[in-house]
Amino acid sequence: MSTPLHDPVSDSRDANSRVEVKNTTCYMCACRCGIRVTLRDGEVRYIEGNPEHPLNKGVICAKGASGIMKQYSPARLTKPLLRKPGAERGENAFEEISWERAFDLLEQRLAHIRETDPKRFALITGRDQMQALTGLFAKQFGTPNYSAHGGFCSVNMAAGMIYTMGGSFWEFGGPDLDRSRLFVMIGTAEDHHSNPLKIALSKFKRQGGKFISINPVRTGYSAIADEWIPIKPGTDGALFLALINEIIKQGLYDRDFLVKYSNAAELVNMDQASTEYGMFVRFEVPKEEGCFDAQNKLWWDRHLDRPISMHTAGSDPYLLGEFTLDDGTPVKPAFQLLVERVRNYTAEWAAEITGIPAATIQRLANEMGITARDEKIELPIAWTDTWGNEHDHVSGNPVAFHAMRGLAAHSNGFQTIRALSILMSILGTIDRPGGFRHKAPFPRPIPPCAKTPTGPSDIRPNEPLNGMPLGWPADPDDLFVDDNGEPVRLDKAFSWEYPLAVHGLMHNAITNAWRGDPYSIDTMLIFMANMAWNSSMNAAEIRRMLNDRDENGEYKIPFIVVADAFQSEMVAFADLVLPDTTYLERHDVMSMLDRPISEFDGPVDSVRIPVLPPTGECKPFQDVLIELGTRLQLPAFVHDDGRRKFRDYPDFVINFETAPGSGIGFLAGWRGQGGEKFMKGEPNPKQWEMYEKNNCVFRYELPKSYQYMRNWNQGYLEWAKRHSLTRYAEPINVQIYSEVLQKFRLAAQGRSFGKQPPERLRERIAQHFDPLPFFSETLEAQRTDLLKYPLNAITQRPMAMYHSWDSQNAWLRQIHTYNYLYVNTRTAAAAGIEDGGWMWVESMHGKVRCLCRYSEAVEPGTVWTWNAIGKASGAWGLDGKANESRQGFLLNHLISEELPSEHENEHLSNSDPITGQAGWYDVRVRIYPAAADEPKQTWPQFDAVACVPGQCEQRPRSKWLKYIAGAMRKPGARA
Amino acid sequence: MKQLALVIDLNVCVGCHACVTSCKEWNTSGPAGFLADRNPYDADPSGTFFNRVQTFEIGAYPKTETVHFPKSCLHCEDPPCVPVCPTGASYKRAQDGIVLVDYDKCIGCKYCSWACPYGARELDQNQRVMKKCTLCVDRIYDESLPQSERKPACVLACPTTARLFGDVNDPDSVVSVAIRENGGYQLMPEWGTNPANHYLPRRKTQISIHEDELIRVDNPLKKERQLPMPGSEEQTLDDITSW
Amino acid sequence: MHPAFSVIFLTTLIGVGQGLFLALYTGQLYSVVNVLPVQDSHSFYGLGSLLTLVFLLAGLVASVFHLGRPERAWRTATRWRSSWLSREVIVLPAFIALTALYGVINYYDLNPVLFSLNGEIHVELSLVVGGVNTVLAFALFFCTAMIYACVKFLQEWATPLTVVNYTLLGSASGFSLATAFAAYTGSGLVAFYAAWAVIITLAAFVTRIASLLRNANIKYKSSLRSAIGIRHSNIQQKSCGFMAGSFNTREYFHGATKRKFRSVKWTFLLLVFPLPVLLIGIGLGTSQAQVFALAFAIQYLGLLAERWFFFAQARHPQNLYYQTA
Ligand SMILES: Nc1nc2c(c(=O)[nH]1)N[C@H]1C(S)=C(S)[C@@H](COP(=O)(O)OP(=O)(O)OC[C@H]3O[C@@H](n4cnc5c(=O)[nH]c(N)nc54)[C@H](O)[C@@H]3O)O[C@H]1N2
Ligand SMILES: Nc1nc2c(c(=O)[nH]1)N[C@H]1C(S)=C(S)[C@@H](COP(=O)(O)OP(=O)(O)OC[C@H]3O[C@@H](n4cnc5c(=O)[nH]c(N)nc54)[C@H](O)[C@@H]3O)O[C@H]1N2
Ligand code: SF4
Ligand code: SF4
Ligand code: SF4
Ligand code: SF4
Ligand code: SF4
Ligand SMILES: [Mo]
Repeated sequence: MSTPLHDPVSDSRDANSRVEVKNTTCYMCACRCGIRVTLRDGEVRYIEGNPEHPLNKGVICAKGASGIMKQYSPARLTKPLLRKPGAERGENAFEEISWERAFDLLEQRLAHIRETDPKRFALITGRDQMQALTGLFAKQFGTPNYSAHGGFCSVNMAAGMIYTMGGSFWEFGGPDLDRSRLFVMIGTAEDHHSNPLKIALSKFKRQGGKFISINPVRTGYSAIADEWIPIKPGTDGALFLALINEIIKQGLYDRDFLVKYSNAAELVNMDQASTEYGMFVRFEVPKEEGCFDAQNKLWWDRHLDRPISMHTAGSDPYLLGEFTLDDGTPVKPAFQLLVERVRNYTAEWAAEITGIPAATIQRLANEMGITARDEKIELPIAWTDTWGNEHDHVSGNPVAFHAMRGLAAHSNGFQTIRALSILMSILGTIDRPGGFRHKAPFPRPIPPCAKTPTGPSDIRPNEPLNGMPLGWPADPDDLFVDDNGEPVRLDKAFSWEYPLAVHGLMHNAITNAWRGDPYSIDTMLIFMANMAWNSSMNAAEIRRMLNDRDENGEYKIPFIVVADAFQSEMVAFADLVLPDTTYLERHDVMSMLDRPISEFDGPVDSVRIPVLPPTGECKPFQDVLIELGTRLQLPAFVHDDGRRKFRDYPDFVINFETAPGSGIGFLAGWRGQGGEKFMKGEPNPKQWEMYEKNNCVFRYELPKSYQYMRNWNQGYLEWAKRHSLTRYAEPINVQIYSEVLQKFRLAAQGRSFGKQPPERLRERIAQHFDPLPFFSETLEAQRTDLLKYPLNAITQRPMAMYHSWDSQNAWLRQIHTYNYLYVNTRTAAAAGIEDGGWMWVESMHGKVRCLCRYSEAVEPGTVWTWNAIGKASGAWGLDGKANESRQGFLLNHLISEELPSEHENEHLSNSDPITGQAGWYDVRVRIYPAAADEPKQTWPQFDAVACVPGQCEQRPRSKWLKYIAGAMRKPGARA
Repeated sequence: MKQLALVIDLNVCVGCHACVTSCKEWNTSGPAGFLADRNPYDADPSGTFFNRVQTFEIGAYPKTETVHFPKSCLHCEDPPCVPVCPTGASYKRAQDGIVLVDYDKCIGCKYCSWACPYGARELDQNQRVMKKCTLCVDRIYDESLPQSERKPACVLACPTTARLFGDVNDPDSVVSVAIRENGGYQLMPEWGTNPANHYLPRRKTQISIHEDELIRVDNPLKKERQLPMPGSEEQTLDDITSW
Repeated sequence: MHPAFSVIFLTTLIGVGQGLFLALYTGQLYSVVNVLPVQDSHSFYGLGSLLTLVFLLAGLVASVFHLGRPERAWRTATRWRSSWLSREVIVLPAFIALTALYGVINYYDLNPVLFSLNGEIHVELSLVVGGVNTVLAFALFFCTAMIYACVKFLQEWATPLTVVNYTLLGSASGFSLATAFAAYTGSGLVAFYAAWAVIITLAAFVTRIASLLRNANIKYKSSLRSAIGIRHSNIQQKSCGFMAGSFNTREYFHGATKRKFRSVKWTFLLLVFPLPVLLIGIGLGTSQAQVFALAFAIQYLGLLAERWFFFAQARHPQNLYYQTA
């Protein structure tokens, strides 16, 4: 022991060390806070929040402050690896190879696929936030088989809200807690906006706002809620519909807002016989077809008592009633249909389903309605709406909501989230102070313009894909299906099975490829996704599929490439491993083309600039893609004569334009030759330096008059158009009634002329594509024997862990070393399970042995655990006997990626039938004690794997971790 | 006399553990060297942390409160841990009331930790000396830092500003005001240790609605031919009574 | 508390040493006033002191295992004004030194008569040194015990009974050893020591039982309510903030099952009190030195158990914060 001890007040050893401070952006999670990294003698001394960063304003979280232990983790991959000849997948037996060899291998393989059948290459990207690049690569390659984590993550949240109001929670918008008086948080444990939400929450509470949390579990944020409303999982739709009913019944809705800014007053054709049944009546054909909501519909004027073209100056439409047009067509305002829809959804009805007392539901409705109505905010900000009306102020109703995966991760989530969006809308809280606020580049048209290809012929050898790999269908003709109406994509997204699967269905890619349904593929490239573990439902079975061979002894998925930075469970199943850098070692962009970090008051994007050189032979995956794109001669990456266009990723970021001369690139800040432009402008060779000088952030604050009511704000929309954020400066009215959904329903009912669903799916489409929200049990529950499996099993995000990443982190793993199943005290006791005892939790798909923890903070019909704490033995640089694998468990073993089949050859994803969102939280379970003679460890267990070349060396031999920055390379200082 | 301290607002603490790891991070490479961890990647890890965030459930379902409860050394004004130390390694600074351990003098006898009712001290298993929260004494006076950053690492990290820092003996400091105005309290007052750190309790906001406020004259339903009048053919009292 | 073996051995070993010295000196004192026959100073007091030293030094060695940084142990003497531990650390070496001096004086017969009282009682140097050392022995009992008794929130310890018990138990074991020692050296003091050993053991029994009874009815001043400052009758800790180990989850928990805990109690109650008394009785009857040796050995084993129990029984209020440990 040579290190001297020091008095804590004695002078720091920094005196004779080289100390540097650098700014970059955190990526211990997707929140992307600004961080300041202090280095001592080239090693990380300290990571703190950057006080000048708009997102986190200097604060940091448990993960962010543990970045050191990620950087120097023994799980780091440092060399390209090739599976050893003869070794099985999953064995983790690799030999190191050179990058040159890795590139050659990939180039040969991919070039062949591209010139024969590009769709045999699938690119899957997990928790990354650079889909702008990965999506571009896939499109350029020509494969439709690109899916991103959103599909299993929270696509319901994105789609449900964007299809309703042109924006969403998640990274696209949020609650304005600065001005809100009542905040209702639903099904959120941590979310992507980690630090900003925490900052806002405490400020909100200190300002005396009331905070209500609706969640089966009370932890984290819910802990500090003024009121906790426990709810049965998967039943929120019922609650929202009852709230809507109550609010309307009491007349507590914002009529003025609905009339002007939603389609509530628009007249719907009620003629059962018409092919236009359920569509809005239109008085003329628009001059221009575009992805915007043409203002050619009718209202029924109150004063004139006759139809009138919508938004006619001085008119005031009825929201309720039934009318007959001159041609005899019966019509109703959309709002009337909503009222009819919710009429039977009473508080008493919802109480039965949700477990929330009817009186509480009624009180909630009143609190929301009255706060919205009576505590109006008025800001003296003049603005002009898209119909040319001048307003001398912006007003707001201070009721804000936030919701996340508690709603999204259910197979009835899309309609639930539609119901929530409508609840928010009838309270008049959309893009107004104190309510929901958009973040650039939102709001978007409903739905956004990007479209996928529409048929197999859009995939052509040696050509880019004809369309975006992911897009926003507006009607059945936008679906990506073949002539039989069957899927073209491997994951069956945008087919009749999951028509609005706007983020793909990554969670079915492996199963489908393994089964060869709809077809087999050749190469699967998995980037930043741990699909052999926590991002796969049914993890054990998926691991078997990854290693399964056909009758010729060939792997069913012939070639698997994994780009990862750490020895995750997925790495073991790779044929080729590409070691990525860490976030401290690479350039990254948080781009307007993807998911920027915008604020309510304007667009913000940011970058990561390396503070350390790459470890070993790690190479930024972006550089790898650019190199591959160049080698494969993908048009975006080479000049016409085939010459390399971009040196590396930083060079690409500066010079890439979405189309030649478009002036739109990955970064919005400091564009134009000298950095004088923003949003669009010519490439600026000094762009990185300018970001570096500005805390790695570009922030544009919109003029105040553009900051609110952006769906209808002429000034803002014109601004957005001028800066190429959007193509149309047309109003984006809230879709209380969704015509898009009705179009699919009409097709399913055989009442429309375009693409038609296969017979087997007609009923499913007709039922679920309801233009108004409705409540139904989750698909899984519908197919479960609920007497046998009476409990809901869900997971939550721990604040101090990111998915499966952080067990390698010596500090974070001490906080969550393993996990318990939390069970309501009475539920557990009734099942004869002891607090701290071993128990079984079993679904119809599988079972897990785990440790039980009693809790009074969970609804009695729900059991839950922290997500992804359990690890496969030997993964993540941990010892084979580490607590994570012996006492920790993964709930995914209970969850199936497919619904139990009702007919032979039916393989329906365990997902929302509209969006393909994975139904993680639908699983039903039963619990019972483990027998006394059973091993005291979790089940299932997996054979321990060893470390891989380039990683083993990182593993400290000593049982002590004694980290001192700048001392690591000094002998004896760190064991 | 100056007494620096933390005031922890349980009303807003969400239990995120930012204060836990930022503390570990600041202190691990600080003047006192590392904060050792044992078995960092093996079974049964163990380590030295100065700050922990605990979780309690209060009451029974459905009236459960979940409380996140951060705890580090409370820098007692009358610290029982100090006089028992046989070497003088444990001491309380006269100038600001911070209770510290001089790691160069400590013999690791653990006696001071026995004498702390709060479990706030931790023996570094590797250096075998007693350690504890220093109130970031090596930060808060560092003149190379801007004034706004001369605060403990955990205070700067905390996203909910549940951690306030200041002089509890200065009646005008943020901490004194917070204690006074929000019912700040000390832990285990029964031992007379007079902890400098205080905690602020949960405070609840409620909305009360008077029945009269529910319906307003401009109720939007009025505009919809709702709240309808009975039709002219329906009976009224006019038709049936004859007084 | 987690019983640390170093401390168990330290306190029991020096306890034996202190008791043995007190026994030797009592014998000397009685002989000076001619109540008992004079013993051979060379073989009895000299070797007896040596035996005392062996126990004291063994205790010292044990104490080293308790320190994280024994090389700095010298620093411990600096805080005698406030720290009972510091005081113990000062008194213990002094006691050892005087014991050694006492032994040397006796062994080499460097024992001039300093003065006489009434012309009958000859006060020799060893008597004075021994007298001072006796005070030190009691001081040491007091310091050692006060280390525990002064921690007021360890309510099982914070009682004068702790001091009384340390003193009586140490003395009892010392007198038991003295009995055996006397028997082996053929001294005539066997019965004398045996009688005192039995008397002190019985006295210790009474006070130890008293402390057990007291501790069984302790009203703990701290509760989860005062620990976290929330007034509610139903507070459950769900997480102590980490799942890995830590000093606080090891140092303050004995980790034994209830059964083991209880059986240790009965073991020490048996080994420390009735068995030695019985064996001493048998020893007196049979005049076999081995029986006395056995009595001491059993009592010492019992004391190890007693000390284990003493620690394990103490409930530290910090544990309120580590309920899930
Ligand atoms: N620290 C940390 N932060 C993260 C992540 C992480 O792993 N760690 N992951 C990031 C990612 S990828 C995502 S997608 C986000 C997700 O952020 P969240 O949506 O906050 O994630 P979950 O933990 O899934 O939270 C779901 C919450 O919904 C509740 N819930 C479950 N079912 C229902 C229901 O039917 N109704 C209601 N009302 N509530 C329900 C659960 O109890 C839980 O509290 O977090 C991101 N942020
Ligand atoms: N039971 C259950 N399962 C769930 C969920 C749930 O709530 N419950 N949530 C789901 C959701 S919303 C999500 S988003 C997924 C997340 O699941 P995944 O997307 O699989 O996320 P991670 O487990 O974090 O794995 C990502 C991989 O990225 C690697 N990685 C980390 N940093 C880097 C880097 O800098 N470069 C590269 N190349 N790789 C890196 C990690 O080593 C890891 O292998 O989990 C899903 N799974
Ligand atoms: S919230 Fe996410 S991005 Fe922000 S500091 Fe924490 S880990 Fe880093
Ligand atoms: S909390 Fe404990 S360690 Fe800190 S000053 Fe008080 S008694 Fe001493
Ligand atoms: S462990 Fe160190 S600081 Fe504590 S009492 Fe012993 S010497 Fe003093
Ligand atoms: S004040 Fe400093 S040492 Fe104390 S808990 Fe906070 S960060 Fe840790
Ligand atoms: S950082 Fe703040 S909010 Fe998070 S646990 Fe610590 S005190 Fe609570
Ligand atoms: Mo996610």
